[in-house]
Amino acid sequence: MSKPASGTGLISELEWQKPSTRWGMRTLHALLLAGLVVIGLGPLLWLAKAAITPTIDTISNPMAFFPHGAAWSNLSQAWNGVHVSRYFWNTIVIAFGSWAVQIVVATTGGFALSVLRPRYAPIVKGLLLATLFIPAIVLLVPLYVEVVRLPIVHKSLIDSYWAVWLPYGASAFNVILVTRFFDNLPREIFEAAEIDGAGPFQLFWRIVLPMSKPILAVVSIFAVLVSWKDFLWPYLVLPNPNVQPLSVRLPSIESQTSLGVFLAAMFIACLVPIAGFLIFQRSFLRGTGLGGAIKG
Amino acid sequence: MTTVDQPREPALPSERGLSRSYPRPRRAPLNWVRGRGLAAFVFLLPLLFVFGAFSWYPIVRTAIMAFQHTNFVQAPTWAGFQNFAAVWHDPQFPIAVRNTIYFAFLALIFGYPIPLIAAVLMSQVRKRRGLYSVLAYLPVVIPPVVGVLLWKTFYDASSQGVFNTILHWVGLGPYPWLQSQQWAMPSLVLYSTWANAGATIIIYLAALIGVNPELYEAASVDGAGLLRKVWHVTLPQIRGVLLVTMILQIIGTAQVFLEPYLFTDGGPVHATLTVMLLIYDYAFGNSLGGDYGMATALSLMLAGFLAVFSLVYWRLTRSWSTA
Repeated sequence: MSKPASGTGLISELEWQKPSTRWGMRTLHALLLAGLVVIGLGPLLWLAKAAITPTIDTISNPMAFFPHGAAWSNLSQAWNGVHVSRYFWNTIVIAFGSWAVQIVVATTGGFALSVLRPRYAPIVKGLLLATLFIPAIVLLVPLYVEVVRLPIVHKSLIDSYWAVWLPYGASAFNVILVTRFFDNLPREIFEAAEIDGAGPFQLFWRIVLPMSKPILAVVSIFAVLVSWKDFLWPYLVLPNPNVQPLSVRLPSIESQTSLGVFLAAMFIACLVPIAGFLIFQRSFLRGTGLGGAIKG
Repeated sequence: MTTVDQPREPALPSERGLSRSYPRPRRAPLNWVRGRGLAAFVFLLPLLFVFGAFSWYPIVRTAIMAFQHTNFVQAPTWAGFQNFAAVWHDPQFPIAVRNTIYFAFLALIFGYPIPLIAAVLMSQVRKRRGLYSVLAYLPVVIPPVVGVLLWKTFYDASSQGVFNTILHWVGLGPYPWLQSQQWAMPSLVLYSTWANAGATIIIYLAALIGVNPELYEAASVDGAGLLRKVWHVTLPQIRGVLLVTMILQIIGTAQVFLEPYLFTDGGPVHATLTVMLLIYDYAFGNSLGGDYGMATALSLMLAGFLAVFSLVYWRLTRSWSTA
C-alpha cells in the first residue's frame, strides 16, 4: 500500500498516460458505479422508504417520494403488532447457538486434525471432504426423518432449537478453513509451549485460539449470516410459530397485515445482516475470496 | 489472500525427549494417553458426533430410504425400485426436469458473463475499489426470504407495480411478470442473478488480482491492446476459477427451491415447478404424511445426475484447466 493503489497491471502505466484510455476507463467506471448503486443499493433504499410510507401510497404510486408524508407507525406496528420483536429474538437465539456449535466443532476438530494429528486423521479428513461433494438436497429428507424421531434415544427434536443448531455444525467448509489456517501456524511455538509444560488443552486455549482470531472472525461472520438467511430447514423443524425465526415468519406476516407493516417487518429483518456486513466488510469479502480459493 | 507461509527453522534436536516432534506424534500404543492419542480423540469428539449424526448418517440413510416405504407409523418395508419407478412415471417429473434445466440455463446466460465483466472492470478501479465491492456484495447479505418477497412486490403485475412503473417511464410494459407462464421463470432468474452475482464478483476479483502483472507487460510489449489482453491473458489466467464457479453454479441452480417456492409455488400451471420443489412436495406437501421414499429416490436421482455431470465436465475441461 506504499504507492497509490493501481490496477492489476491489465492497463500499464504507459497506457494510463494516454488521455483516451484514462477517460474511457473513467467513463466505464462511472457507469459501473452508477449501475451498482441502482442495482445493489436501489432495492434497499426503496424498502427503507416503503417501510415508513403509508400502505395506500406504496400501492398506488410505489415510486413516489412520500406524497402524503411518512408513516413511522409501520415500524412500531411491525415490531409490536405482528410480534416481529419475538421473531427477532428467536432469530438471534438461533444465530447465536449455530455460531457456538460451529465454532466449537471447527476449532476442536481443526486442532485435532492439524496439530494433534492422530493416525486416523486422513480418514476423517477424507470423510469431511466427501461431504463437500454431496449436494445438500440429499440430506434434507433423511435429516428431517431423523430429527422427528432420533435413532437410539427415540426423542423428537421438532420445535427444539437443537434441531437447527446441531446440523449447522456439520459444515465441512468451516473445518477445512480452520484446519488450513492452523496448518500455517508456526510449529516452533507449539514446541516451545510444550517444553514449558503446556498440555494439549492449554496449547489449544492459550496458544492456538488467540493466534487464530482472523479465521475465527471469518467463520463467525458466515455462521451468523447463514443461520440468519436460512429458510427451509428452520421452516421444516420449527412448525410452532412462537419459536420460528423472522425469515420463516415473513411469508405468513405478509398475509396477516397491511403492505406497509409487512415491508417494515422486512426492513427490520435486513438491518442486522447489513449492519454486520458494513462493520465487518473486510472479513466478509476476504471470506468470500477464501471460499473461492477452497472451491478452486 | 491466504496466510503467508512462515519461514520454518529446522527442528531443534529434542532436548532430553521433552519436546515431541510436530507434526508426528508418538505412536506407541502404550503411550496413547500420554502421547496425545486420547487428547486427539477428545478434541475430535464434537466433530465426529455432529458429522456422524447430521451428515454421514443421513447420507447413508438416503441411499437406504430410497429403496424403502417409510412412514412414522409402521416399520419401513423394502420397496426395491418401486419409488424410482413411481417418480419416473409421475407426469410432473418431466416438467420439473425441464423447468430446472431451463432455470439453470437462463441463470448461466444471465449470471455468468455479467459478474465477469463487472469484476474485470472493477479490477481496474484505482480509487475506492472497496466501495464498488461493498455495493456489489450488498444483495448477497440480504436474507433470501426478504429478497424474494421484496422482489415479489416489485414484480406486481398491475401498472402500479414498481418495475412496471419504472418501465412505463421509458414507454414499456406493463408486463405480467410472475403471472404469465412465459415470464415467470425469467423473472425468477433475474432475481436469482441479482441475489448471487455479488459473491461471484468478489471471487473473480480475488482471482484477477492474483494475475501476474508481468504477463500483461509482456503482452503490451507485443503490442496487444486492452481487449486482446483480456482475451489472451486475463481469461486464460483465471480459467481455473471460471471453470469451478461454472460447475458450482450449475450444481447450485439444479437445487433451486426458495425462488419457485416463495415467488410462485411452482405456478402458474407448473411453469416454475423445479425438481427440488417436487422433492419438497413428495416429502412435505401432504399434511397427512409424506412419501419419503419417493422424495429420497428423486434426491438420489438428482445427486447421481449431478455427480455424473460433474465427472464429465471435469474430464472435458481437464486438459484446458490450470492445475
